[in-house]
This record gives sequence, structure tokens and C-alpha cells, in this order.
Amino acid sequence: MVEVVVRPPADGTCAPSRVGQIEDIVIASVGGQGAILATRILASLFLAQGWQVKTSEVHGMAQRGGTVETHVRRGRTVYSPLVPRGEADLLLAFEQLEGLRYLPWLRPGGVCVCSSERIPPVTVTQGGQAYPEHVRETLAERAGVVVWVHAPALAREAGNARAANVALLGALSAFLEATPEEWERAIAAHLPEKLRCVNMAAFRAARDLTLARLGEHGTGSPETGPPWGNAGLEAGPPGGNAA
Amino acid sequence: MDEVAGATVLLSGNEAIARGAYEAGVRVAAGYPGTPSTEVIEALAAYPEVWVQWSTNEKVAVEVIIGASLAGARALAAMKHVGLNVAADPFLTFCYMPTRGGTVIVSADDPGMHSSQNEQDNRQYGRLARTPVLMPADSEEARDFTRAAFDLSEEFQTPVILRTTTRLSHGRSPVRLGTRQEAARPLRFERRPQDFVMLPVNARRRHPLVEARLDALREYAEDCPFNRVEWGDRNLGFITGGVAYQYVKEAFPDASVLKLGLAYPLPRRLIRRFAAGVRQLFVVEEGDPFWEELILAQGVTVLGQGVAGPQVFPRVGELSVEAVREAVRAFLGAAGTPPSSPAWSQELPQRPPVLCPGCPHRGVFYVLAKYHLITTGDIGCYTLGAAPPFHSIDTCTCMGSSIGHALGLEKALGPEFSRKAVAVIGDSTFVHSGIAPLIDLVYNRGTGTVIILDNGTTAMTGHQGHPASGWDARHQPAPRLDLEALCRACGVNDVQVVDAYDLKAVEKAVKAAVARPEPSVIIARRACVLLPGAAAPPIRFLPDKCIDCTACFRIGCPALERDSARGGKRPRLNETLCTGCLMCVQLCKPGALAPPEEE
Repeated sequence: MVEVVVRPPADGTCAPSRVGQIEDIVIASVGGQGAILATRILASLFLAQGWQVKTSEVHGMAQRGGTVETHVRRGRTVYSPLVPRGEADLLLAFEQLEGLRYLPWLRPGGVCVCSSERIPPVTVTQGGQAYPEHVRETLAERAGVVVWVHAPALAREAGNARAANVALLGALSAFLEATPEEWERAIAAHLPEKLRCVNMAAFRAARDLTLARLGEHGTGSPETGPPWGNAGLEAGPPGGNAA
Repeated sequence: MDEVAGATVLLSGNEAIARGAYEAGVRVAAGYPGTPSTEVIEALAAYPEVWVQWSTNEKVAVEVIIGASLAGARALAAMKHVGLNVAADPFLTFCYMPTRGGTVIVSADDPGMHSSQNEQDNRQYGRLARTPVLMPADSEEARDFTRAAFDLSEEFQTPVILRTTTRLSHGRSPVRLGTRQEAARPLRFERRPQDFVMLPVNARRRHPLVEARLDALREYAEDCPFNRVEWGDRNLGFITGGVAYQYVKEAFPDASVLKLGLAYPLPRRLIRRFAAGVRQLFVVEEGDPFWEELILAQGVTVLGQGVAGPQVFPRVGELSVEAVREAVRAFLGAAGTPPSSPAWSQELPQRPPVLCPGCPHRGVFYVLAKYHLITTGDIGCYTLGAAPPFHSIDTCTCMGSSIGHALGLEKALGPEFSRKAVAVIGDSTFVHSGIAPLIDLVYNRGTGTVIILDNGTTAMTGHQGHPASGWDARHQPAPRLDLEALCRACGVNDVQVVDAYDLKAVEKAVKAAVARPEPSVIIARRACVLLPGAAAPPIRFLPDKCIDCTACFRIGCPALERDSARGGKRPRLNETLCTGCLMCVQLCKPGALAPPEEE
């Protein structure tokens, strides 16, 4: 369900421990996959932690089955709502081809969380073009850590395939400094009561599996939290949200 | 969302504009949907204190808020950039009239044309109308500027343009919510024909006042809260505003910046002082070289898009942190090696937007493609009929243009042209600006065929109501315009209504209407498949019956994928995408594509 590919760094240290702080996130998806909801959950989590946050979304014609690209940035001061090309700390891809398309936004050595889902575009299903091969190899060439998530299957197991977007957030959560309770509040704020249970189940399953897989590469485990702990992090957010 | 005053919440630029208007005590809001402006009106609909409406078109929306303003009410209209072209007529004369209730026109521009047909820069309307233009740079400013815009409007008795762009409108950032201030002034209409009736005699008296107001606004700009200087490294100075300000700050955090929140009129002395305080001055603006020309005209040397001197920044498309950084570095001769795109990024198959599976427009385009009919098109989802496999749209310029284009082609080429051509227009677009051209076609003895693609909603922008939909901006039932009766009243005798999913009926109607040497309207009716309850269970594919004839692919449905294992001649049904519209079933002679089994 979850697989972690780590590129061994030249100096022999464990790659996950070199992930560093995640501030800039680009989300690549196909219209209708729920990336905008995921973007808003992520942004409200950061806001509740007291960070400055900016996001960028795409609406309109592009949503008719086209590529949907969103950006989430957090920090003490955030200017542009868009992550500059090549500077994203984390690329969250809801689909393999879109992961490849937005790979240039990821900084070399950054984290890529990618759903194993493949949605061939009409240029492939009807236009005779080839769906790209070697997605795994290409992502691993640029990213320091690639987490592959069978997101729809994980979500189906949790009770609803539509929760794949929140399952992907579960995998992503392994790289962020936030407690499961903070995540739960952010998710609950964006979902109707009747969908919360299923989505939280999908979130937890993906998070635990990702932490476990990462633990095999580093020192962390679901019990002890992320393998890199707080080491190397800059000062935390400038204080809790007044609200 | 916790919408309590004092709470800090994440709002899109559009939601923040709506919040600012609400806090400013806005009473009347009107608009027509258009990306990236739509959510301003949608967000205002959440506030019961405000009358909120989708207008027939932007011109009507502006006329409605003029009326509200004359009554003393604060009023707002929101539209995309090209919408202000439609509303330019009332707007450019309203600016001669003394605004009573504060009046704000939100213009959402779309640099990069994410969802638009042009890249016009509506700061130009400020110069044209002699009205102030405000340009916020994030959501908090969008709320603050909107709230302040109403005060500015009342202080100077002028409408105010609030210009946003896609990245502001659809970006989210924190906003600390304030409380609503109801206007203290009593609402009533005073008869002041010398101010409100723009006869030449009155307009001649008003125009000098408009010019004097502009002078007063120029003076105001020198020291207004919307503009600010951020001194830093004096070697490098930028004049910028809107989201471009954010790009400049990120690319050159140490530079000196003059941030223009009041985009028009410009503060001449402030600009002169700033220019004198820095060694190298750039103007960074998304859109036209609007500021660049105005600044150069006052004799200040500035580098931008190359109006005078070398071109530093691109003249088209969106800016970004990278674009600003690389342009300035390249000019200063400190260019690093530009990050090369990995070879594979160019080879990836594109994922263009397409008509949805089950889209009722699909059947009409199938018929138009089958008969190779020339098709004048219009603005909406159905512009995607230009894509493969239909290649069905031959012209498209603006809202309502399809019918006039068809008539002009007929007048140039003779009535025979209309025997092989149609105009297609959506229901919302037809009501927006297709009715006058239809009357024109009848009056001028055109013989063309107009197909109204009636899916009962303004679909592309996210399913807003319109006069023929039967519901309003708050999703409440509303009087419903009868399109058939309207077309007959316009003088069209041949009006047919067909089910857009019934391919035979559509084909029969199109053949008959095109052949007839008189004006015809076909209303191809079927609810947008994305509306609740419109989709049905998926069909079945029975491979044993498939004869690899490929006829089903002519409907171009994304749910029918080409099975590469069979040389691409056989469909593979994507059940997740299929909405059970049964259009492909009608094309499958051997019955390999079959309706779902009865329970």
C-alpha cells in the first residue's frame, strides 16, 4: 500500500534525516480528484499552527478534466502565492503523469509523495500518444525520498475510494511537524460530519504505513514520530493562532 | 469556516473582496459569472443583509448598482475583465454622475489567459473613465482596499475600480475578520436631473468637474494609505503593485520598493522622489506597460517592458518570482545559467480540458462534425467542441458573437452559406447577449440556424443560475424565462426543441433547419451532467459483440478509451467516468455497448 524509495546521499547519511523543513508544497492532480480540498486542509493546518500561509488554486476551464495545479506555502513571511519552479520542498502528486509534469517544481533532493494511480489523458486514450514509462525512475532521479501510495486502494479499504485525497495527506503528514490531533481538526473543519470517520481512517492508515516504511530507512517509527524529530528545524511558528 | 469578527481565516482574494464589501455595509451586489471573478458574488450571497443577484449580463449589473448608488446605497458589481467591456457603456458615463452610495466595480483580469479569450489590462479603464483604480496584493489587502474603496468612492463622488488578477482572486491568505458597519445615511432618491440625466447640456457641465476630480485624486494619491515606500538597498528600486509586488519582494527582498495600491491616478511627486532615491529603477507590472508609459510621460527614466530603452520584462503572460529575478539579473549582467528543463518534460502527453463524459453538448457536436457544418461558436464549455475529435468550432470571439458572425458570413457569401453552417450558443450566453443578434438576424432577413445548447445552467464557471435556469444567486426558485416563446417573439417561426442525448432527433432537426431558407432555432436541451441527479449508472461493454468498427469513438467520450491491445480499434469502458448518457450506445450497431441491466 505504501512504498518508500530513498536515494542514498553521497555522504552516506540517511536521506530522510536530510529532508529538512517543508515550507513549499506543490500539488499536481487531475480535475475532480479532490486536490483543492487537500490544499485547503493543509493551509488551515498551517494557519492554526500560527504560520503565515498562502495558497494558489486554478479554477474555470482547466477543471474540465484538465491538469489542476495548486500551491501551498508557509513561513514567517510568505510573499508570492506561487512556489518558484525548482524550489518546492515537497511535491504531492495525485496521479503519475501529473507527478512527472510538475517534477521540475521540486527542488533536487526534495520529497515526492505520489499516488500510484494512473489516469490516461484523452491524448493517450484517444490520441494515440503513449503514457510515459519509467515514472518511478524519473521521480527517484530528482527526489531524495519518494513515497508511493496506493491511495485509491487505501481509501477503499478505509471505506470510500473518494477519500484518496485525504489518504495522500496522511502520507504527506509523515514529513510535517504536526500532531495527529492538529490534522484531525484541520480535516474535520473541511468535511461534513458523515464523511469524517472514513477520511480519518484513510488518513491514519496512510500515515502509519508511511512512518513505518520510513522507519525501515531511518530510526523513526509510528510510536516515536518522524525519524528526524525536531533536529535541524529552525525556530517554530511565531506563536499560536489567536483565534 | 468560523466567520466571527476577530477570527483569522483563510480567504481567497475573491472571498476577501466580498468580506470587505460586507463589512463596508454594501446593500446591493450584482454580477455575471466569469473566471476569475465568480466567487465574489457567490461569497456575498452568504450574507443575508445584502441583496445579491446574477444579472443577465455585466451591463445590466452595472446599471443596477448605479440605481442603488443613486438611492444612497453602497453597491458593488463584479465581473471578469472582458465583462467590463460589456458594461463599459454605462460605466463610462456613470463616471460623469456624482456617485451617492459608494460604488465599487470589481474587475478580475486574467494574465496568462488561464480561462479567458484575451489578456486585456483593465487599469486602462481607470484612465478612460477618469476613475481611481485600486490593486490589492493579497487577501488581507483585498478586504481592506474594498472596504476603503467605498469611502473613497463617496469622498470623491466617483465609482472605483478594484482590479484583481487570477493569482490574487484564487490565492488564499489569512484575513482577520472585522464587523459590518451599516451606512448612517438614510436611503432615498432625490430628483437631481442636472446630475443624473446625462443630456449633453448636463454632461458638458459635469465633464469639467470630472477633470477637477481627477486632479484632486492625483493630489490624494501623493499621500494616500494605498501607496507606500519600502526603502532598502538604494542601488535597486522597483515600482510595482498587485501580485507583482509579491514577486519583487521575494526575488529582491533587500531592494527599495514603491508599492502602488492606487494604480490610477499616479502620485507624481512621490514617484519623482522615489526615482531620485534609487540608482536603477524598474517598473514591474503584470499586463500592459501602463505605469511605465505614465511614468515616462512625466520625464522619469524607468525600465520595464521596453517602451523607451531596452525591454527587461515580458510583455505577455503572467509574471512570477523566477521571471522577475531572471529578467533583472539578465539585464544587470549577472545572469546565472537558467535552469534547463529536463528533456522529458517536453515529451509528456498533454492533458487538455475536454467536454465531460456525458456532456449533452457532445451529441450536437457529433452531428455537426458528421455533416462538416461550419460552426460559429461562443463562450462557454462548448467552446471545447473545437477540440478533437469534433474540430467543430470555427469562430469564437466573445459572449454572444456566434449569431452575428453567422449573419455576417451569410451576407458576405450569400444565403447558400447558411445551408452548410450553424451558430452554437449556450443558454446562459444566449440570454447574456444572444437575443439582440437573433433579432438582428431575423430583421435583416438572415436564413441561418442557431443551436441553443441548453444545459440549464452557467456550467463553465461552476453552475450559477441565470434567467432561463429557474433559480437565483441564492439557489432559490426564480421566474424562468421561456426560451422557445422568446425566440418566437423575436420573429423566428421555426423553433424546435430536442433532447440533446437523442442523436437521431438532433440529426433530424439540424438537417431540416439548415436546409430551410429562413431563420431557425434548435434548442438542444438536457441538464448539465454535473448537476446533482443528472448522471446515471454506467453502461456495459460486451466484447463478444464488438466488431472493431470504431464508430463509438466518434462521440469522443473520455470514458471510452482506445484499447491499445486491439490496435486501438476496440473501446475499453472506464466505468468510473461513464455517466450512462447512452449516446455511444446509439452509435454501436452490433450492440456491444449496452445500457445497464434492469435491476
